[in-house]
Amino acid sequence: MYHRLSIRQKQIVWAWAFLAVPIVFYVVIRFYPTANAMVISFQNWNLLGDRTWAGWANYAKLWNDPVFWKVFRNTFVYLLIGTPVSLVISFAIAYHLDRLRFMHGFLRMLYFLPFMTTAVAMAWVWRWFYQPVPIGLFNNVLATAGIPQVEFLRSTTLALPAILAPAVWAGLGFQIIIFMAGLRAIPRSYYEAARIDGVSNWTILWEITLPLLKPTIVFIVVFSSIGYLRIFDHVFNMTTNDPGGPLNSTKPLVLMIYQSAFTDFNMGYAAAQTVVLFLILLIVSLVQLRILRDN
Amino acid sequence: MGSSVAEIRASSKSLLASETSRKSASTGQVIRWLVLFTGGVLMVMPIAYMISTSLKWPHEIYNLALVPNEPHLENYTYVLEDGRFYGWFVNSLVIATITTISNILFDSLVGYTLCKFRFPGRYIVFIAILSTLMIPTEMLVIPWYLMSQAFGWLDSYWGIMFPGLMTAFGTFLMKQFFETVPDDFIEAARIDGLNELAIWWTVAMPLVRPALAALAIFVFLGNWTAFIWPLIVTNSVDMYTLPVGLSSFGDEADVQWELIMTGAAISTIPTLVVFLIFQRFIIRGVVMAGLKG
Repeated sequence: MYHRLSIRQKQIVWAWAFLAVPIVFYVVIRFYPTANAMVISFQNWNLLGDRTWAGWANYAKLWNDPVFWKVFRNTFVYLLIGTPVSLVISFAIAYHLDRLRFMHGFLRMLYFLPFMTTAVAMAWVWRWFYQPVPIGLFNNVLATAGIPQVEFLRSTTLALPAILAPAVWAGLGFQIIIFMAGLRAIPRSYYEAARIDGVSNWTILWEITLPLLKPTIVFIVVFSSIGYLRIFDHVFNMTTNDPGGPLNSTKPLVLMIYQSAFTDFNMGYAAAQTVVLFLILLIVSLVQLRILRDN
Repeated sequence: MGSSVAEIRASSKSLLASETSRKSASTGQVIRWLVLFTGGVLMVMPIAYMISTSLKWPHEIYNLALVPNEPHLENYTYVLEDGRFYGWFVNSLVIATITTISNILFDSLVGYTLCKFRFPGRYIVFIAILSTLMIPTEMLVIPWYLMSQAFGWLDSYWGIMFPGLMTAFGTFLMKQFFETVPDDFIEAARIDGLNELAIWWTVAMPLVRPALAALAIFVFLGNWTAFIWPLIVTNSVDMYTLPVGLSSFGDEADVQWELIMTGAAISTIPTLVVFLIFQRFIIRGVVMAGLKG
């Protein structure tokens, strides 16, 4: 049979043979669960009892849940602080590191190392740093300097940035490396031409470097935004005694999903939240792509 | 004449200016180096303190000194003798390794097929796989959990691994790299009578080794550090992965910080060591994956 087929037909047979297992995988492990999550979001279900249709009740409950709005706000605070701060710091470091030759590889290694760490492990390290005296490193340093103590993780205003810090820290190395690759890709001749014209470094940065880096910047902004909108490991591990606390002041959407589903076993409610998360990620990515690509 | 004198003056002035700017540039370089060096040292401080504390005795952990007075490995012996960390380490290693191998095989096979074969439905398959990039893992954990419950996959290696066995990111990355493999090579192998599976494995795969390495790094690191799904799907202590185990260990009553730091070091040091050995290689891989993926 097979031998009678033309070369083109043989190729078609091979292609589908190669794709058979992966297609089953993508249908069963990606597409079906996506549809399933959407269906569950319209149901009431506590894992044990019957599944009953709830219509839009889960979404209505979400809309009227003050905790959800708190969580919604927190999620965007993570995004709106995390993305610009990490973008500016990583660009500044990449820009200057790119101009150094002496021990360049060593410095790059120092900045990149945190990217290779485990978020959970480093969340515990930073949690230790934030403890009050005599335990925590930061407060010990403050005490030595005679500065009053700061209750990092117990403060409703400081806990969120305190948790964001290790997330930003761990992601910097990746962004720096990507920025440096982007900087390298800009042809030297552009800079030389500008310098012959006597243009200042500052103008070169704003008129040549940054516009030419736009694809790199778009990539980093979208990539890091998705990361901050999905923050979980750091929050969960730095607030285990009261996840998302104090008083929900650090709780992001993914943690609320986790608790609704696996602490309260309110599957329908949790699924509705995952649909909201999906929509947020979709909208934020599309808006960023449009804004950053256009202007 | 006058104008040429002015020109000479101007050019000598600019020569002088460039000389002074070169001098100030070199002091500028020194300052730049010092600032970046200080920043780099601060960046590794959390890692350094984690390791240093894991080598300290309980009475000196609140001491700010980075170098322990009497460094020792008792914490490691204690934590590993307990047995749990050892088990979690093995779980993480097995899961990350199998998942990496699976991604290397399947992502590259799919990427290769989508890149080098012409068949009806090719574009639809490509778009369908690509579209899964938009779906966040968190949206799928509830259905995955229900699926695992129905099929008895809860609390097993398979349960932890199955969602990550193939990734759209890896498929897309590999497809991009197979574009660089000339069709003539594949055609020549076909004329030599190799079957398509052999062509993929012996002709195309060796040509994209750097991309395979980049993919392996990302998949391994991603699974080694994965937290939310292993946290959900495991419930017996024996099945925990390192991050889940560490999280529960840190939460236990009256666990000392030096022991938590030891656990954190056990889960972090392996990837750091791998990085230090293959540094150039890994950074190149990260750039490739970041820019092409």
